Amino acid sequence: MTVNHYDAIVIGGGHNGLVAAAYLARAGKKVVVLERREIVGGAAVTEEIIPGFKFTEFSYVVSLLRPEIIRELELPKHGLKILPLPSTFAPMDNGDYLGLWDDPDLTRRELYRHSPLDAEAYDAYSRAMGRAAKAIKPLISLIPPDPSSLHPRDLMGLLKLGQYAAGLSEKELYMIAKLVTQSAGDMLEEWFETDVLLGTKAASGVVGTLLGPRSAGTAYVLLHHYMGEIDGAFRAWGFAKGGTGGVSGAIANAALALGAEIRVGSSVAQVIVKKGRAAGVALDNGDELQSKVVFSAADPKRTFLQFVDPKYFPDEFIQSIKNFRTLGSSGKLNLALSELPDFTALPGEGPLHRGAISISPSLDYIERAYDEAKYGQFSRRPFIDMIIPSAIDPDMAPPGQHVASCFIQYAPYDLEGGWDDAKKEAFAETVISTLEIYAPNIRRTIVGKQVITPVDIERIAGITGGNIFHGEMLLNQIFFLRPVAGWADFRTPLRGYYLAASGAHPGGGVMGAAGKLSVQEALKDGLL
Amino acid sequence: MIQLLHTPFHERTELLCQPKNWRRWAGYLVAGSYEMSLDREYWAIRNTAALIDVSPLMKYLITGVDAALLLNRVVTRDIDKLQVGQVYYTGWCDEDGKMIDDGTLSRLDETTYRLTSAEPSLRWLTMNAVGLELEITEITDSMAALSLQGPNSSSVLNRCCDNPVDEIKYFRLMHNELDGIPISISRTGYTGDLGYEIWIDAKDALPVWDALIAAGHDFGILPVGILAMDMARVEAGLFMIESDYTSSDHAWIKAQQSSPFELGLGWTVNLDKPGYFVGRPALAREQREGSTWKLMGLEVEWDGLEALFKDVGLPPQILSMAIRASLPVRSGKKQIGYVSTATWSPLLKKYIALAHLQKPYFEPGTNLRMEVTVQHHRQYAPARVVTLPFYEPEWKKR
Repeated sequence: MTVNHYDAIVIGGGHNGLVAAAYLARAGKKVVVLERREIVGGAAVTEEIIPGFKFTEFSYVVSLLRPEIIRELELPKHGLKILPLPSTFAPMDNGDYLGLWDDPDLTRRELYRHSPLDAEAYDAYSRAMGRAAKAIKPLISLIPPDPSSLHPRDLMGLLKLGQYAAGLSEKELYMIAKLVTQSAGDMLEEWFETDVLLGTKAASGVVGTLLGPRSAGTAYVLLHHYMGEIDGAFRAWGFAKGGTGGVSGAIANAALALGAEIRVGSSVAQVIVKKGRAAGVALDNGDELQSKVVFSAADPKRTFLQFVDPKYFPDEFIQSIKNFRTLGSSGKLNLALSELPDFTALPGEGPLHRGAISISPSLDYIERAYDEAKYGQFSRRPFIDMIIPSAIDPDMAPPGQHVASCFIQYAPYDLEGGWDDAKKEAFAETVISTLEIYAPNIRRTIVGKQVITPVDIERIAGITGGNIFHGEMLLNQIFFLRPVAGWADFRTPLRGYYLAASGAHPGGGVMGAAGKLSVQEALKDGLL
Repeated sequence: MIQLLHTPFHERTELLCQPKNWRRWAGYLVAGSYEMSLDREYWAIRNTAALIDVSPLMKYLITGVDAALLLNRVVTRDIDKLQVGQVYYTGWCDEDGKMIDDGTLSRLDETTYRLTSAEPSLRWLTMNAVGLELEITEITDSMAALSLQGPNSSSVLNRCCDNPVDEIKYFRLMHNELDGIPISISRTGYTGDLGYEIWIDAKDALPVWDALIAAGHDFGILPVGILAMDMARVEAGLFMIESDYTSSDHAWIKAQQSSPFELGLGWTVNLDKPGYFVGRPALAREQREGSTWKLMGLEVEWDGLEALFKDVGLPPQILSMAIRASLPVRSGKKQIGYVSTATWSPLLKKYIALAHLQKPYFEPGTNLRMEVTVQHHRQYAPARVVTLPFYEPEWKKR
């Protein structure tokens, strides 16, 4: 039985769980990761669903993976390669297109075709967002202090926060205040007039939320995308070799090398509580594992409502977790293709295939797509963010053939009448017929497909509600309010039980930050 | 398909550019040099006539009854004093009195001005023109520009233009014709020598190039790239945005910004002009209180430099082109500034640099030390602070 005694158990082998395990092992702790599926990665997995074609099934780009994690866990040594994903191509309804290339001059010239003023505003906007991101970024690696608490730890935190805010210029403070309150649409319209540019930018403000670009608070999500921009050469924006599973694989390798144990096919039934403290877990197969502390890298609902008997938590806490918004709003269509999609607006193989392809012709297009989702329908003309992994990393598909990863919004979890196979097929058809408008050859090139709805995200990756961020990144759900006010420091009302995933600060986006920071905090508690 | 632009002269320049060392300039390709070595091109600027393609300059036409109002609001100079046919060199600032960009401003007629800039400026101009009666037209692509620099440049133009250019005074312009093609010629440039800039409708670019090359044959005309121009402009004490100063639009932190006073452009800040202009309160304060930084010239003392190299058994190794790099400048052991561009001056036979120096070290004659790399080791060579420009021939303004 000694083999089942650990210092720490991590529930869930997603990237955050693996990061937590790696840091625990690095601190000299005996740690095991328990993954329900037969492969690690959670929502950061790559699977060969169709022979020869590797799908980066759920998350598909890396943008915010913390540079310090890459450094400290020596991820490049363990196989991490982040390949460039340099451009965004957005075909338009009139047959034209907008190309945001990786060179500022080329991008300015391209935008100039659409609007000379936008061409210059784009640069100014990027710089303004970069400055705001630089101003707000220190918060990511800060443990959010509880503003209502008199605990010395929180007071210290508030003091640090105050000092930090005092270091910001007036302009930066105003910009941040606007960013956290405004809608993405309103904010973007202060800068731009070109429909397709507004649409493409606005789309990134609504990713992972069941809100439209006109909904207040969505501007903040735009800022989130600029966080990675300021890490300079160290920034981790791109496509991971092997898909996002490549990220998980590298972290898992690092964790194993540091001495962590990973058990796949180990589904956790319940957290064992002894003397008011998390003391281990019971698996579905009846096995019990003991430990000094338990980390949950599952979503907050699963963590607090399923793994632990609610009697160990205050009612108010349970209520808040129940109210935590985890509405999945997006789906995926992963395609195996016999050849590259050929876009009428810019025919032939070209740089566009190596970057993001965004179906987002206008702000209204996105808002209209949201209108349908608001009332329980998937969008008939959805926002689609397509990348072609095989054009970046040829090992993703058989030579000469391709895989395409289409992120689709909106596809509400609570579809009217529920999701079934017929609806999934109709959803896929909607996406294909939308793509067909811009790349007419796409339908005949499809040799296989995988449709993923929020219900599938929940079923396969185990994320309640299928929300890609484990809970929307809205102002009322970030920083000291994530996941619940007063419990934003990865601790929970159950002693020795820690939340270590995207439902905790600083949120989603394959950052790994929660995994690392939760360990950092837990090590201070003297239980390990 | 997706590529950098060609200037209207590309058909000629691509055949002439032997080293194929294309440089990027505002989204265009321009020749770094036409020959394998910069020597002849540099000496064309200083001894004969150099023909330089400067088409990528951003160019704007500002027309209307309120044009002067806008420009007075944006730039630091007094536009009411700018006469028709006159050209100003000017910078423009943000609200904090920090430089956004610099360029030339020509008054073409009573209500028409042409502004050149290094960075895109349409948005800034438009933002400042709210409610004004005027039109701003970007002519960057539709107007080609050639810079003809050097002591023989007037002779070249006199041979091929309908009207002699001798009457154009320094920083004035004239309309002229060349083989029936209307052109505008300003006595301006970026070399500190006698020189002209020729403004041409892009469609007429090639015949004008050909006519100038033909007319210049007997006067030693040479197509010259921007690398040789870079050496000449340092001698002339002229700075370059993004090399010698950071536009306040691009700065991440305040320390990266510069005011016109700090760049030695105090003479272009007309605080005596009436009314508000962008940055005025901050500039007035700085003028009152004095600046803590100043752009000055730095001349490396050859004996000291030679000694450093002699220690490792080498004669002084100086790159024969301008180096756009930040080099620390010290007084004793303390860093009190930095060099932003350094060059060997073939004419002065000196190693010179544009240096940003802190008070009180910017006084002419101050002895400082500038970083040089000697056989992979960082050393400090003695250098002396001098006023800019390093070189100003008597024919520049005559």
